[in-house]
Amino acid sequence: MEKRIEVFTKANFPDAIGNEVASEIANIGITSVDEIRTVQVYLIDGELSKDEIKRICSELLIDGLTQDYACINGSSEQPADIQAGHRDNTVYTIEVTRKRGVMDPVESTVIKGIRDLGMSARSVKTAKRFLVAGSLSIEQVEAIADKVLANKIIEDVFINKDNLFYEDKNEAIEYVFHRHTLEILNADDEQLLSISQEGQLYLSLEEMKAVQKYFTTLGRNPTDVELETIAQTWSEHCMHKTFRGMIDCDGELIDNLLANTVMKATSELDKSWCVSVFKDNAGIIEFDENYNICFKVETHNHPSAIEPYGGANTGIGGVIRDTLGTGLGAKPILNTDVFCFGPLDIGQEMIPEGVLHPKRIFKGVVGGVRDYGNRMGIPTANGAVFFDKRYTSNPIVYCGNVGLISKDKCEKKSHKGDLILLVGGRTGRDGIHGATFSSVELTHQSEVVSGGAVQIGDPIMEKKVTDALMKALDRSLYNNITDCGAGGLSSAVGEMGEELGAVVDLEKVPLKYDGLSYSEIWISEAQERMVLSVPPENMEEIREVFQREDVEATFIGEFTGDKRLRLRYKGEDVADIEMEFLHDGLPRIIRKAVWRSPSHEEPDIKVKKDYGEDLKKVLSSWNVCSKEWVIRQYDHEVQGGSVLKPLQGVDNDGPGDACIIRPVLSSGKGIIVSNGMNPKYGDIDPYHMAASAIDEALRQIISVGGNLEMVALLDNFSWGNTDKPVCLGGLVRAAKACYDMAIYYETPFISGKDSLNNEFKSGDKTISIPPTLLISAIGVMPDVTRAISMDVKSPDNLIYILGMTKDELGGSHYYDIHGFKGNSVPKVDREVGKKTMDLLANATGKGLVRSCHDCSEGGLAVAAAEMSFAGGYGIELDLSRVPVETGVDRDDIILFSESNSRFIVEVQPEKQKEFEETISGIPYGCMGKVLDNDVFTIQSQGGKNVISEKISDLKEAWQATLRL
Amino acid sequence: MTLKTETPDNKPKAIILRTAGTNCDYETRYALEKAGADVDLVHVNQLVKDKGLLGSYHIFVLPGGFTYGDDIAAGKVLANQLRHHLLDELTRFVDDGKLVIGICNGFQVLIKMGLLPGRNGTQPSSNEYRQEFTLTYNDSNKFEDRWVYLKSFSDKSVFIDNDCMLYVPIAHAEGKFVAGNGGELENLGKSGQIIFKYVDKDGNIANYPWNPNGSLENIAGICDSTGRVLGMMPHPERYIEPTQHPRWTREGLKAEGDGIAIFRNAVNYVKEKMWQKRP
Repeated sequence: MEKRIEVFTKANFPDAIGNEVASEIANIGITSVDEIRTVQVYLIDGELSKDEIKRICSELLIDGLTQDYACINGSSEQPADIQAGHRDNTVYTIEVTRKRGVMDPVESTVIKGIRDLGMSARSVKTAKRFLVAGSLSIEQVEAIADKVLANKIIEDVFINKDNLFYEDKNEAIEYVFHRHTLEILNADDEQLLSISQEGQLYLSLEEMKAVQKYFTTLGRNPTDVELETIAQTWSEHCMHKTFRGMIDCDGELIDNLLANTVMKATSELDKSWCVSVFKDNAGIIEFDENYNICFKVETHNHPSAIEPYGGANTGIGGVIRDTLGTGLGAKPILNTDVFCFGPLDIGQEMIPEGVLHPKRIFKGVVGGVRDYGNRMGIPTANGAVFFDKRYTSNPIVYCGNVGLISKDKCEKKSHKGDLILLVGGRTGRDGIHGATFSSVELTHQSEVVSGGAVQIGDPIMEKKVTDALMKALDRSLYNNITDCGAGGLSSAVGEMGEELGAVVDLEKVPLKYDGLSYSEIWISEAQERMVLSVPPENMEEIREVFQREDVEATFIGEFTGDKRLRLRYKGEDVADIEMEFLHDGLPRIIRKAVWRSPSHEEPDIKVKKDYGEDLKKVLSSWNVCSKEWVIRQYDHEVQGGSVLKPLQGVDNDGPGDACIIRPVLSSGKGIIVSNGMNPKYGDIDPYHMAASAIDEALRQIISVGGNLEMVALLDNFSWGNTDKPVCLGGLVRAAKACYDMAIYYETPFISGKDSLNNEFKSGDKTISIPPTLLISAIGVMPDVTRAISMDVKSPDNLIYILGMTKDELGGSHYYDIHGFKGNSVPKVDREVGKKTMDLLANATGKGLVRSCHDCSEGGLAVAAAEMSFAGGYGIELDLSRVPVETGVDRDDIILFSESNSRFIVEVQPEKQKEFEETISGIPYGCMGKVLDNDVFTIQSQGGKNVISEKISDLKEAWQATLRL
Repeated sequence: MTLKTETPDNKPKAIILRTAGTNCDYETRYALEKAGADVDLVHVNQLVKDKGLLGSYHIFVLPGGFTYGDDIAAGKVLANQLRHHLLDELTRFVDDGKLVIGICNGFQVLIKMGLLPGRNGTQPSSNEYRQEFTLTYNDSNKFEDRWVYLKSFSDKSVFIDNDCMLYVPIAHAEGKFVAGNGGELENLGKSGQIIFKYVDKDGNIANYPWNPNGSLENIAGICDSTGRVLGMMPHPERYIEPTQHPRWTREGLKAEGDGIAIFRNAVNYVKEKMWQKRP
């Protein structure tokens, strides 16, 4: 007998969720809501007496101090009598529940809680009921439901629902086996394409023809699961066809762009501290005598566009599993996140059909990373948020994870006869076709067609898997491991068994609910699963290790040695193909790339006497403003390793450059993590954008007291449609810059990822994202007590600028606030840049630097202002002391140019001589000093004040934008 | 009290409880070891299976985290589990004169199972564990990580130095301390069980962000009537090493973090009070 239990906040306590929702509704322009009360609904099915239900409610489901409940037995009874708003208001009820098959971890938690009470429940379903009071039209109520309360991709919405019980429980629908084959042997081109399209395989005609040829030699048609496996393995997401393919770039033939640029730099540099590069789930470098560290950053763009919370959830969850599946397993110790969204104040009329408003995407994504990272107990201490209107319909979500791995656990290899062990969450219909979906452009139809590609994460499951895995790792119970990510079992088993071959009995895979076909089981991207390769003699012991931590572990097959991929369902063969065809059968095509420098309008900005307002405008711009609202919601200190936090200064709120953590608390050694990215430069030239991003990431490492001796890089390309030659030409240029910079700075790439086809198609309009390259850097710091923060420390200390300021305002924030792009993009003078970084690192190593800030977005004026208000002291600077390129005579250029390889440094007067000796040989200028007051002053080259502002006003401008 | 092997030379034994969604175990272990304890991380399943196990320890630690995802409410499901499977063992543990500390999620668990304020609660007549207080959503309606100043308002807890101030971080979404309206709060104050309050940097009671969650009377931590069970929302284990301070690059490195005192006092209590008392 099913019971409906409604839990609600007592009238004398604030309804936290209701209040939050009410302010969200005001944000979408509906102001006539008086009050919102929320009700948490549990539908419990089981043989439970009235007294038992009473105990479940009072002891488990409510907090007796703040909450009350009502229990409803049959559909005729009334729901909880909760008053919302005034009695004379109309009250609408909106009930939201997860769609059938969408993960809801609360259900199993409630079942567990009931079991602890000594009772048992068959099933639990949850829902949220919102009582919305106010003078509202039904259209407004529908808008509230659609835009604030629910996402129809994963949730069902009921407005003024009468029947309080649901028909569509997750009841068993038995799956009847039927081997499904597709006629391709005799198919013509059109039919081949339609098979690809209808099956959501996204295989091109040439690829379908290669498949046809292969099965012709086998003399039979493929089964559905064989085609799915091929499509998943050959997807752009998994195969990186563009980067590894042939490119004809303006007549130059490039056979494998990745091998010729990013990876080539690594092999030529041949650093002894690079342990594992470009082969495992993450790159590995040395840390100390006991441990190495690994680092991986991934994109999770398309799912985040459709369901921001779940998309970001699974983005961070997925990259954490990359760490767990690196070598034989690493301990996740740090998350990073970098997002690109449309501007949060963009008008609703600018939002294409089928697209969520950037504010909703932003809040959802931040919430998704927060809830997953915090629950996993992994600090999120480095990141960035970038805004451009072209990200409105195609946001970019980069999630990264750093892991700590024992030196003797970095290599892995499956052995013939090893058993395939699947551990973690159960398999359901979630995330079907994720790998293929993320390889194509989004359209307004995406949410309808690809809803199944969206998943919701269960961080507690992943934490349990992590805990159990670390125990199995300590006991050396397995030979190989990888994560179940995009492509599910198909990808995981396919990769691990590439050399040996594998056989899997699909009916052994534990399911969330019945009714899944063998094909769905194989390609499901259900989260929180890992695949291990276990020697048969360890079978019992490893099963017990997982059992003790309440983690399901199931043997589903073995690695055979016959180099075939064989799948069975209850003894019936459903797939049998050669691993060689699967991994090497993809036809290579030549793609055309061209590069033409675009030409943007050169701005004509009048010289001014005072740039205070311009400075405040840049400080308050979306990209420069304080991201404290985001940062504080992340636990950036769990695990206790934080040395340099993302927020710094006298009030703990200034913008730090890179983060430093100590992964081993008993050791003084640390790691520094930073990121560099500036898509605004990519509109002018992706080569200089990439070079600048690398320079920026490395500047941040230097700024916090690091050096370039042991720094590794990661590349993450998010690009538009590379079938377009100009777009691909830009990608080639960016990759070439990666090579040039990495070689000169001696900073090898160790891992990377690309996400192409980031376009949105609506009717005949296509919006492409700007070329977006994220460079992440990781360095080892021998002694963390050498760390330096960016806030100025005390009056009378001297302020230096290091590096040359040039007329490089192209793509700058200064041009942006004036509505221009320009063409003079910042370039990197590698020779001066490297020397500047090396000498400054010497100075910080000697303890000669009190504070240091990377001079980047917004230029000198912004960097100096941030140092000033973070430290709580005024600064006076003189622009005539700034080293400038010949011909630079305008104050605004010196103030706001974003020239690379520049730093602002605070030095104590007594260390002036030693500091200047140490950095001798690079351009520098002593621009001024820290004041014992609260005024930020900059003098023009001609000796007049061009900026004179109170630091509290500058700080307010910087903080107000994102105070949500 | 069945303590077999300990001598004053030996290290007090601390147990950190683990379950689904526990985190902060690594740094809590580090803090306890640095304070001189011998530490085991034990899964709740093992404690339930081997009921005698708990008795072999001196300090029981419920660390931070999101046990069972904080589904239903923060700490609720673990509180329910402990109440129904380990209540006798925990009661004996406290009656034996041993120490219990719950930090963040651990505090939420202690409050929701009634181990705080304790078996007698704030009502002398009561003889059962009741939930008399709660920790609910922050006034800011969101998870926040920020450093806070704590001031001691009672010297009843064996975990703290008299008249101390600590600077430590909080990291939670449900930390607002709330009391019922049956005089519980008054009784708690009268019996000296309010241990920590959130204050500004000069030690004065102040509002947000000094009081980061809107807690009633700025309450950050309370103890039971024996002074041997402590619960607190802030994380002392996150300020053990001097480099964990958010402004050490401005203010210089202290010899050690403020948080270590809590763990050292616990270890010293076992050594000095429990072991010396034995015949």
